[in-house]
Amino acid sequence: MEQQSQHRANLPDAVLLQPIVATRSSFYYLALALLGATSFAFFAWVWQLRQGLGVTGLNVPVYWGVYITNFVFFIGISHAGTLISAILRLCDAEWRRSITRAAEVITVLVLFFGVGSVIVDLGRPDRMLNVLLHPNFRSPLLWDVCSISLYLTASSIYLYLPLIPDLAMLRDYGGKYTWFYRILALGWSGTDRQRRILHRAISVMAVLVIPIAISVHTVVSWVFGMTVQPMWHSTIFGPYFVVGAIFSGIASLIIAMALIRRIYFLQDYLKPIHFNNLGLLLLVMALLWFYFTFAEHLTTFYGNEPAHLIVFYSKLTGPYAPLFWSMVVTCFVIPVALLSRARTRTVTGTVIASISVNIGMWLERFTIVVPTLSQPRLPWAKSAYSATWVEIGMTLGFGATFIFLYMLFTKFFPIVSIWEVQEGREQAVPEVVARVRSYLPGTVATTGQSEE
Amino acid sequence: MPRWGMAIDLAKCTACQACIVACQSENNVPCVPPEEAARGRILSWINILPELEGEYPRLTMRLMPIPCLHCDSPPCILVCPVGATGINPEGIVRQTFSRCIGCRYCTNACPYTRRVFNWYKPEFPGEFSQALNPDVSVRPTGVVEKCTLCHHRLLQAREEARAADRPLAEGDYVPACVEVCPAGAMYFGDLDDPASSVAELARSPRAFRLLEELGTHPKVIYLAQGEWSSGTTESTSR
Repeated sequence: MEQQSQHRANLPDAVLLQPIVATRSSFYYLALALLGATSFAFFAWVWQLRQGLGVTGLNVPVYWGVYITNFVFFIGISHAGTLISAILRLCDAEWRRSITRAAEVITVLVLFFGVGSVIVDLGRPDRMLNVLLHPNFRSPLLWDVCSISLYLTASSIYLYLPLIPDLAMLRDYGGKYTWFYRILALGWSGTDRQRRILHRAISVMAVLVIPIAISVHTVVSWVFGMTVQPMWHSTIFGPYFVVGAIFSGIASLIIAMALIRRIYFLQDYLKPIHFNNLGLLLLVMALLWFYFTFAEHLTTFYGNEPAHLIVFYSKLTGPYAPLFWSMVVTCFVIPVALLSRARTRTVTGTVIASISVNIGMWLERFTIVVPTLSQPRLPWAKSAYSATWVEIGMTLGFGATFIFLYMLFTKFFPIVSIWEVQEGREQAVPEVVARVRSYLPGTVATTGQSEE
Repeated sequence: MPRWGMAIDLAKCTACQACIVACQSENNVPCVPPEEAARGRILSWINILPELEGEYPRLTMRLMPIPCLHCDSPPCILVCPVGATGINPEGIVRQTFSRCIGCRYCTNACPYTRRVFNWYKPEFPGEFSQALNPDVSVRPTGVVEKCTLCHHRLLQAREEARAADRPLAEGDYVPACVEVCPAGAMYFGDLDDPASSVAELARSPRAFRLLEELGTHPKVIYLAQGEWSSGTTESTSR
């Protein structure tokens, strides 16, 4: 007991536990508003279940619309976390310490909404389990089922492992729900052996999670790429979607960090330098995204195949042109303008760029899904697609529910990894000094070599 | 094992749409209210595709009845995550309505847009509800359906032939659309039987298949309309 209270007083990062210890009334108001949107989405879903998918704006030939756009979008955002945090961990990027947790939570939570988007898109969600009972492994949709379940499992483990020491800290802290943290902490006491095992496990998961994450979005793109439909049937789609996913993932992470920083007063942990570094990553992805988009469209244009060109022109000059060009502005012009100058690569600047990127990436997914479907090869009578209140309500509800769950997470678990920040403070500084020394000529440093 | 196929002579077809009506009543394809039809949600397993050819003022309208083409390598069956659609040994692309989860991946993968989806609960207003074909199941909301080449008629014909202790003869099994065609423009039979009329028509210089370049190998063969002299240049240039 004595040790416990001593522990409590000595906590140097007490502000990180503040969101768990105390909850302001504004939290409840916001939660209520978000849950309002959730229940609206639930109402819309029940309505759709009772009536049939006819209540959406979908038609022949636009059989997929906002729901599938949301599916690709949410799965894209899920790359925020795990992939970015895994890459930063493996690269020993020391500035990662306070942002990895925020990123990993996004991944795990948003995956449910990606899967949920497909489920609400099904005509018969009651028969959903047929994918397990009667799987057809030739279908790219089944590849999705496999890789997304694997990704959800791996990223949940990858979120949980670095949480263990913090859970133990909460257990010893003696606040609310101690029993809950005791179960989850798995008897962590911070011995050297435990630390060694944990580090090893985190490294293994970080390595594992990268190919899984890449496979997830590649397979999502193959849902389109494996058909023969014009402008879906493209070999570039795998890497194109992965780039787009990391792009919107980083953008979502920046937005989440900015909110956490402001609401929980964590300016000391999520500093402008973090936003600057992530902003640079976002800039690289914006350029890569433009390169892929340009290559994809130029190839189609030069190929000059009539069926492809009809879709091509419907995007560039036709009915989807407003969406297409908004996408170019929001995914490329705005972020590059803001992020390429250090003066605007501030917290506000990166947040504006990130919001713009997320809008643009949603539009990108929409302009991939819908124009191809609306221009079938045979000249059947076409009808325009516009989403109904059911689809819009469900989209907003999904977004709101995601934010609500994220908020809820911050109320039970520290959103900035406390032990990793402490470890950084205590061990990483001398380690980095030694590492940098080892790069220089004329020195033989043992620590530097063991790092690799 | 037969490989069922169809031939449609566009020189004979008058686009009267009797095939559509016959299919609708044979297969219990539900009626769609006009406002839903205007939104492009007509359910029909066979439809007339209007295609404008040439440039003004020399315009011609080509009208082709298009059922499911029962491709030999159908892009739709590859993508179904639950195996609710497949191709049977006789070349019929089937749909298992009770297994379909309604993801509509097959409708999007079909380059001919020949699969339809039940947006609402099927409706059979008035006397239609009394005129359902007992041999064909009514599909529930939220599943994809398509032309089955009146597969139930094949089962029937085969039973009858077995009862009479004779092999299935040409003309025993004919889908409703072919049977009803007043212009006699539609032919049906075994494409692998060189003596059958469809096999013979498939060898005609007027024969072409829709979007052949996609490698789908459709088993519905069209005979191009040309001059009355059963044109050679125009049809072979297709």
